[in-house]
Amino acid sequence: MAYRVYVPSDTTAKALGADRLAASIDALAHEMGDPLEIRRNGTRALYWLEPLIEVDTPEGRYGFGPVKERDLESLFAVEFWKGEVDHPLALGLVEEIPYLKRQQRLTFARAGVIDPLSLDDYKAHGGYRGLDNALALEPQVIVDAVKESGLRGRGGAAFPTGIKWQTVLNAPADQKYIVCNADEGDSGTFADRLVMECDPFMLIEGMTIAGLAVGATQGYIYLRSEYPLAQKNLNAAIETAYANNLLGENILGSGQRFDLEVRLGAGAYICGEETSLLESLEGKRGLVRAKPPLPAIVGLFGKPTVVNNVLSLAAVPFILDRGAKAYADCGMGRSRGTLPFQLAGNVKQGGLVELAFGPTLRELMFEFGGGTRNGRALRAVQVGGPLGAYLPESQWDTPLDYEAFAKIGAVLGHGGVVMFDDTVDMGEQARFSMEFCVAESCGKCTPCRIGSTRGVEVIDRIRAGENVEGNLELLSDLCETMVDGSLCAMGGMTPFPVQSAMKHFGEDFVKHTSDAQALAEEA
Amino acid sequence: MSTPGSASWEPTVAQAIIDELKSKPGALLPILHAIQDRFTYIPDDAVSLIAPALKLSRAEVHGVISFYHHFRTREPGRHVVEICRAEACQAQGARALEAHAKAALGVDYHQTTADRTVTLEPVYCLGNCACGPSVRVGDEIHAGVDAQRFDELVDALKTDRLEVQ
Repeated sequence: MAYRVYVPSDTTAKALGADRLAASIDALAHEMGDPLEIRRNGTRALYWLEPLIEVDTPEGRYGFGPVKERDLESLFAVEFWKGEVDHPLALGLVEEIPYLKRQQRLTFARAGVIDPLSLDDYKAHGGYRGLDNALALEPQVIVDAVKESGLRGRGGAAFPTGIKWQTVLNAPADQKYIVCNADEGDSGTFADRLVMECDPFMLIEGMTIAGLAVGATQGYIYLRSEYPLAQKNLNAAIETAYANNLLGENILGSGQRFDLEVRLGAGAYICGEETSLLESLEGKRGLVRAKPPLPAIVGLFGKPTVVNNVLSLAAVPFILDRGAKAYADCGMGRSRGTLPFQLAGNVKQGGLVELAFGPTLRELMFEFGGGTRNGRALRAVQVGGPLGAYLPESQWDTPLDYEAFAKIGAVLGHGGVVMFDDTVDMGEQARFSMEFCVAESCGKCTPCRIGSTRGVEVIDRIRAGENVEGNLELLSDLCETMVDGSLCAMGGMTPFPVQSAMKHFGEDFVKHTSDAQALAEEA
Repeated sequence: MSTPGSASWEPTVAQAIIDELKSKPGALLPILHAIQDRFTYIPDDAVSLIAPALKLSRAEVHGVISFYHHFRTREPGRHVVEICRAEACQAQGARALEAHAKAALGVDYHQTTADRTVTLEPVYCLGNCACGPSVRVGDEIHAGVDAQRFDELVDALKTDRLEVQ
C-alpha cells in the first residue's frame, strides 16, 4: 500500500514553491517504484512552516517543514513517509504543534486537512450536515438559530447576522439575493482567501442555508480579482455541487432552489463596502449608496439582499450542524463564537489563529506570533486593515473583542494584525493611509475624495518642516471632518490610522524638524 | 485569467464574447473581464461594441472601465508584474522593493519597459501577508521577494521571450 503524503496548495504555499515540491516528490517517488500517493491539501496556515509536508500514519499526520527542494534527498533518505523519523525538519504530529493545538478551529477545522475540491473529503469531515438539518426546518427556525448563536458579521462592522437575515426574511419580494462579500481587501488579512481556497464547499453550504433561511434563490460571490486561485477553486467546487444536486433547482430532492455564481471584482478596495459592492455587481461604477434604505430591504437590483462576509457565511454550517449553543459557548461578552485572527507583516510565526474572543493582542503577537521575524523590537501594530488604528505598546494588553477595541478607538475589523518593527516611520505610514484613500475613494462624497488628497499634502508639509504647528492643527481638523462628514467607512475611518499615529508616534512626524514638541501638544 | 490573451483585435471574437454574456444580470463587469482576458486590454473599439449591446452610452461604459484599477485601455507588455504596496508588505520591506523595481526596469507604475517585456503595476494586497513582500506575475504569486529575487523573476520573463522566438 502506498504511503499518503500531503503537499499544501494554497496561494502562500504555492508562492513558497509547493507546486515544484510536489512535482519533485512525485518524480523521486516514481524512481523508487511509487511508494507514495501525493495528495494536495489546502494549508494549516502555519505559514512560517510552509511548505509543510504531511504524511498519514496510524497515529495521525506527521509534519515536516519548511521543506525546500534541497531537503528532499535527506527526507527520502530517512523515509519520511513513515512519520516518526529523525530529521531536522521533523515537526512531530501536526495537530500537537502548540500554535495549532492552542487554537479553537471551528470555521477552519478542515483547512489543510482535506483536499479542498473533494466533496467526499468535505462530507467525511462533517460537511453538508448543516444543510441536511436546514432542509427540514422552517425558515424562521434557521434564522432563530443564527440569532441565538450570537454570530456577528465578520467583515468588520460586526452587525448581528441573524438580525440582518430576519429583515430580509420579513421583506416581501418576488426575488431575493444572497451576496457573499469576498472582496477581502484589507492588508494583513487572508482568512476569506483560506476559506475559498482550502474549504470552498463550506462557503457554498453556508450560502445555500442562507438562501433557504430568507427565501433567496440566487447567490453571488463577489470575489476580488487579486485572488485567482480562490476563483478557480470556487468555480470547481460550485460545478461539483451542481453535479451532486447540492445547488440548482431541486437541492437534494427537497424541491428548493438555490443558484450560485462567482463574480469577479476589478481591483477596487471600495467595493468591499456593501453598497458599493452591490453597484459593482449591477455592472456600474462602485459608488457608495446612501443608507437607508438598507440592502436588506433594497439591495441588489432593488431587491431584498443579504450581504455577508465570507467568514460569516462560513460559520453557518457549523451552527446548523452542531447547534447555536455550541457556537455561542465560545467567546466572551457580546463577542460570541470565534474570530480568525491573521498574523502578518513583520512576524516570526505568521498565519491564521482562530480563537474564541478574549486573549490580549500581546498574547496573540508574542505567544503565537513569536515577535518580529527579524528579531528587532516591535513598535507599532495595525489591527483591522488599512482603516484600523496603529497601536503602541501601551495598548497591546487590550483583550481581543469588539467592544474592548472600540473603547480605545480601535477596531478588530476582519482580524488582520500587521506588525511593524522599530525601523518604521509612522509619519510615512500616516501619509500612506491618506494616499491609499486617494487611490481608492469612490469619489462620491467630498470629505473622502478631496480630504484625502489634502491630507497627503498637509502631511508632506509637516514632514518637510513647514509651519509644523499650524499644519498639525489643520491635519487634526481635516481628520475630524473626514470622520464626521464621510458617507461610508472609507473616508470615515481613513483618519483612524492617521490620528493614532499622530497621538502615539508624534515624534515621527517632526523628526526632520526641531519642532518635535508641537505635535505632542496637538494630539 | 489563466490563459494569456492575444492583443490582436478581432471584432467578431469580441462580439461573440459580448453576445454570450450580455443577458446576465449586471453583465458589464463579466464582459469587460472577458474582453481583457482575451485581448490583454480593452480597446476603444470594444467599447463601441459593448455599449449598444447593453443599451448604455459609450461614456457610461468608459466610466466603469476607468473606475476600476484592474481594467486597462492600452496594450500592456508581455507580462504584467504587480508589486504589493499594502501595509503588511511594507512592514517586510516592500518600499525598498518598489524603489528597486522601478530603478531596475527604468519605469514607474502603469508603465511598460522599452522592450515591451514588463508592465509594472501596484496592487493593494494579494493575501500573502505573512510571507511578503509579494509580487504577482500573471496568475502566479511570489513570496518573500527582495531585490535579488525580483531580478531573477524579471530575468526569467526576459528569457522566456528568447525561448518563444
